[in-house]
Amino acid sequence: MTEIRPEFDFSESSNFIEEGMLDSFDIVSLVASLDEEFGISIDGTEILPENFSSVDGIIQLLIKNGVAE
Amino acid sequence: MNLKFQNKKITGILTVLPENEVNFDDEIDNYDFSRAQSMKLKLIMGYGKRRVVKEGTTISDLCIYGLNYLFDNGLLKKEDIDAIILVTQSPDHFVPATSHIIQGKLDLKKDIICLDINQACSGYPVGLNQAFMQLEQEEVNKVVVLNADMMSCKVSAKDRGSRPLTGDAASITIVENDTSGSTIYGTVNADGKGAEALIIPAGGFKMPSTPKTAELVTDKNGNSRALDHLVMKGDDVFNFVQREVPPMVERLLDKAGKTKDDVDYFMFHQPNKFMLKKLADKMGISYDKMPNNIVENFGNSSGVSIPTNITHNLGEKLLKEDFLICLAGFGAGLSWSSLLLNLGSLDFCETIDY
Repeated sequence: MTEIRPEFDFSESSNFIEEGMLDSFDIVSLVASLDEEFGISIDGTEILPENFSSVDGIIQLLIKNGVAE
Repeated sequence: MNLKFQNKKITGILTVLPENEVNFDDEIDNYDFSRAQSMKLKLIMGYGKRRVVKEGTTISDLCIYGLNYLFDNGLLKKEDIDAIILVTQSPDHFVPATSHIIQGKLDLKKDIICLDINQACSGYPVGLNQAFMQLEQEEVNKVVVLNADMMSCKVSAKDRGSRPLTGDAASITIVENDTSGSTIYGTVNADGKGAEALIIPAGGFKMPSTPKTAELVTDKNGNSRALDHLVMKGDDVFNFVQREVPPMVERLLDKAGKTKDDVDYFMFHQPNKFMLKKLADKMGISYDKMPNNIVENFGNSSGVSIPTNITHNLGEKLLKEDFLICLAGFGAGLSWSSLLLNLGSLDFCETIDY
């Protein structure tokens, strides 16, 4: 995420979306990177801003899409 | 709603692209992206080259140019056209219908049906559905379906969500009766509750264009638009497509008694590369069978992206071979529609420049 938005400190945030740190284009970039990194395709119906509001949320999304815990 | 048509066929498809080409690399500085983000999104979304009309060109110009090309090359006779269906969201005027303008300028016969349909990205299957219905009439033997849009004129130069993707184009599809006993399956769907997901707020009778509606306003994501411009709520549209299109196609195939493996090509509307790849992944369809290269080469030309997809990717093949093809369009309305049909042995299937 710091690669996508280097100007933000994500460790200080409680909600990436509400605090304006990730917009829809950032989410698209993040999904493409996660798909490539983990060899998956995150389900299109789950590419919702609320699933990208925290690191925990993103981890849950990855698990749901087949990445081992 | 499920639809079914007997003994109808497409006999030719022509795509007309404006010669004027714009390249994303030349526009990067217009958008509020970092250079690195621009280059990444270019690959993911398919930002690339797009065709846009020059100022003063209208959709009737594109359609008339294409029809004259067919007349001049002996691929269509004026006197054979019994109906013109024009699907567009960028008509020459509010009044009269642009299909009538085209009929008049081409000096076509007067015992003819001319019909404009206001549909956007699902407009190709919708227009074809109407053509199939008109062919039920005894005196209608050949219908010309025109899809044409020039939405580049309605997208703000500072809208990074829509501008790098938007292209202009027109297509001409000839639809006739068939004696082979073929069946075409279709679906049409609408959800007007999502009307604001893709909308041009001003310029109609509800909110006429004024100097105020032309003023640019910057949103929280850094896009600057006026009320006269197209607004696309990208998240909403993306999720609508991922949610509605796969089950629509499943239902279509089920009605036809076919499986995904029976289908040779899934020629879908192409809003952007990312959305198409996600659809293909979700539906378990290989990228070879669902091409996604139209936006990067020509831009998203709304309802014309499906015929552009067909003529660009299958043009030569469709002159000699026959394929089972699934078409799907989805977008403003909200509207989503599909067709499953045999396509091939066409009289023409090509792309020309205007």
